[in-house]
Amino acid sequence: MTKYIIKRIFYMILTLFIVASVTFFMMKMMPGTPFTNQDKLSAAQLKIMNQQYGLNKPIWQQYLIYMVNLLHGDFGTSFQFNNQPVSSLIMTRLQPSMLIGAQAMIIGSILGILLGAIAAINKNTWIDSLATFVSILGISVPSFVLGVLLQFYLAFKWHLFPIALWNGWQSSILPSIALAVSPLAQIARFMRTEMVDVLNSDYIELSKAKGNTRWQTVVKHTLRNSLIPVITIIGPLTANILTGSLVVENIFSIPGIGEQFVKSIMTNDYPTIMGLTIFYSVMFMVMLLITDILYSIIDPRIRLTNKEGN
Amino acid sequence: MADIKITADSFKKITSDQSENQEKISAPSLTFFQDAVRRLRKDKVAVVSFFVLIIIMIVAFAAPVLSPHDPNAQNPDYANLPPRIANTNIPGFRGRIKNSAGIVTNPYETNNVPKNRTYVLGTDYLGRDLFSRILYGTRLSLIIAFIATLVDLIIGLPYGIISGWKGGTVDLILQRIIEIISSVPNLIVAILLLLVLKPGLTSIILAIAFSSWVTMARLIRAQTLQLKEQEYILASITIGESPMRIARKHLIPNLSSTIIIQTMFSIPSAIFFEAFLSFIGIGIPAPNASLGTLLSDGQKAFRFLPYQMWYPALVLCILMIAFNLFADGLRDAFDPKSE
Repeated sequence: MTKYIIKRIFYMILTLFIVASVTFFMMKMMPGTPFTNQDKLSAAQLKIMNQQYGLNKPIWQQYLIYMVNLLHGDFGTSFQFNNQPVSSLIMTRLQPSMLIGAQAMIIGSILGILLGAIAAINKNTWIDSLATFVSILGISVPSFVLGVLLQFYLAFKWHLFPIALWNGWQSSILPSIALAVSPLAQIARFMRTEMVDVLNSDYIELSKAKGNTRWQTVVKHTLRNSLIPVITIIGPLTANILTGSLVVENIFSIPGIGEQFVKSIMTNDYPTIMGLTIFYSVMFMVMLLITDILYSIIDPRIRLTNKEGN
Repeated sequence: MADIKITADSFKKITSDQSENQEKISAPSLTFFQDAVRRLRKDKVAVVSFFVLIIIMIVAFAAPVLSPHDPNAQNPDYANLPPRIANTNIPGFRGRIKNSAGIVTNPYETNNVPKNRTYVLGTDYLGRDLFSRILYGTRLSLIIAFIATLVDLIIGLPYGIISGWKGGTVDLILQRIIEIISSVPNLIVAILLLLVLKPGLTSIILAIAFSSWVTMARLIRAQTLQLKEQEYILASITIGESPMRIARKHLIPNLSSTIIIQTMFSIPSAIFFEAFLSFIGIGIPAPNASLGTLLSDGQKAFRFLPYQMWYPALVLCILMIAFNLFADGLRDAFDPKSE
């Protein structure tokens, strides 16, 4: 397994290198310059600015410099946000995003598992239909629509939560809910399918035959066995939350990395866009790796080394 | 022993068609598709969502005929008017709106709007008719989603088939490329592409298609790998059929249920992508309306003029729900094992 993990990490670094290179050249192809917003600059001033950021060098040199700096954990300097290094820009904005993301993931997983389990136990009854409807709704209503609705009713009309900005934990509740709904719905759907499968298996029959109550059977055998495959979708769900945070943070004006990303797009701030893209892919890949490792630990039937071709 | 007499009368003559009757299958023989359609028709939810989709599509594509006003015509005098249907008294369509202090006003009177002018869903901040914009917006969102899904299919299908069929080094390289693309969350891929391409319809379609074909290619590859092991494929290789012909004659027909199901799931996700990109402000450029740009515009004034966001949001949600439910129904119909 250690060998497998080392191999995966090696591939991750290779992938990151390619992602970084591709984003670098894409940013160079971007129309407009980062200084177009300041149209009062004279030609001489522009020249100085370009020199300062190393933009006057040939592209291959810029590329080499960028890559070497990247190896040192230096993502370059933001063009727009007070010349801050991109890495410190990300670090200062990480905490709100992490909090919202983690909360959304926890709410989504717990409620999703519950909803899916309830639907599966009451298969083909009105409870099942209701749960299915809720999860379809959760998949279909985009997080930004939900975010605006929550903001309007719970914060603006009924004053239950802060409308926006980042003042303490209360500010994180509404964005977390808005982000949690899509993973909740997807987990619920997945959980239901898995649990229906497990409920039809022989060992559940045996458990019933042994005289276990329905509750014991569900908690001891069904729930645990249906949870295993649910772990596999945590990876993709993280991507959901990462990208969902781009809009949700904007709606609630939260000083997180999602809001930063959108701001950087609007201001042609290449170093920040590149830095955040790399950051997002690292997060995503690490989550996928963790998911795979967790899966093999929890389910001994899975041997990671056999899955290499996957 | 001698008691038993078997005479010719003991035997009854059976006509040949009688035995054939017993073997006859009375139900008409159904192809796979007919069978799937039969199952689909039994699924009430899928049927209802199918009709909802058809209605939305007809209304959206008839936008030029149905819309009462020019969707892009600005009219600053009539900006931010709430919904009103002229000469009627239906609650919610009287042209009145409650401001944040709780006072009900009628902007139609204060702006001296002619009495017979109808804005079914009100107007936006530039005085454009929201109803017409929603019609055109839905149409644009659907067009983007359909074409993006088609492009997604055009890339993903051959890619998956080649990867699965060739195997070996080709498969390895193609799969590494997929891994690299999918190691960046696909909305980020779409955003980066949009930044590089010139803003416009084609760029959006390309960005959405490029970030979502990976799923299609993966599914097709997995299916192709399975199909490759089948005897009939071996048989057609043995009789010397060309790979192109095998792909056309054997692979694609057998992949069709995967293709149909995946396509149906791609459409709502493309609609969502477009709305997302337009919402953060890098989607469809003004003045064109899509559901995403309408939502984005509506969100800015949502606190005071909630109807500007409500209606586009409602249309988007109904569209997404109908597509998802119909896709679910299709999956159950084409893959009976899934239930």
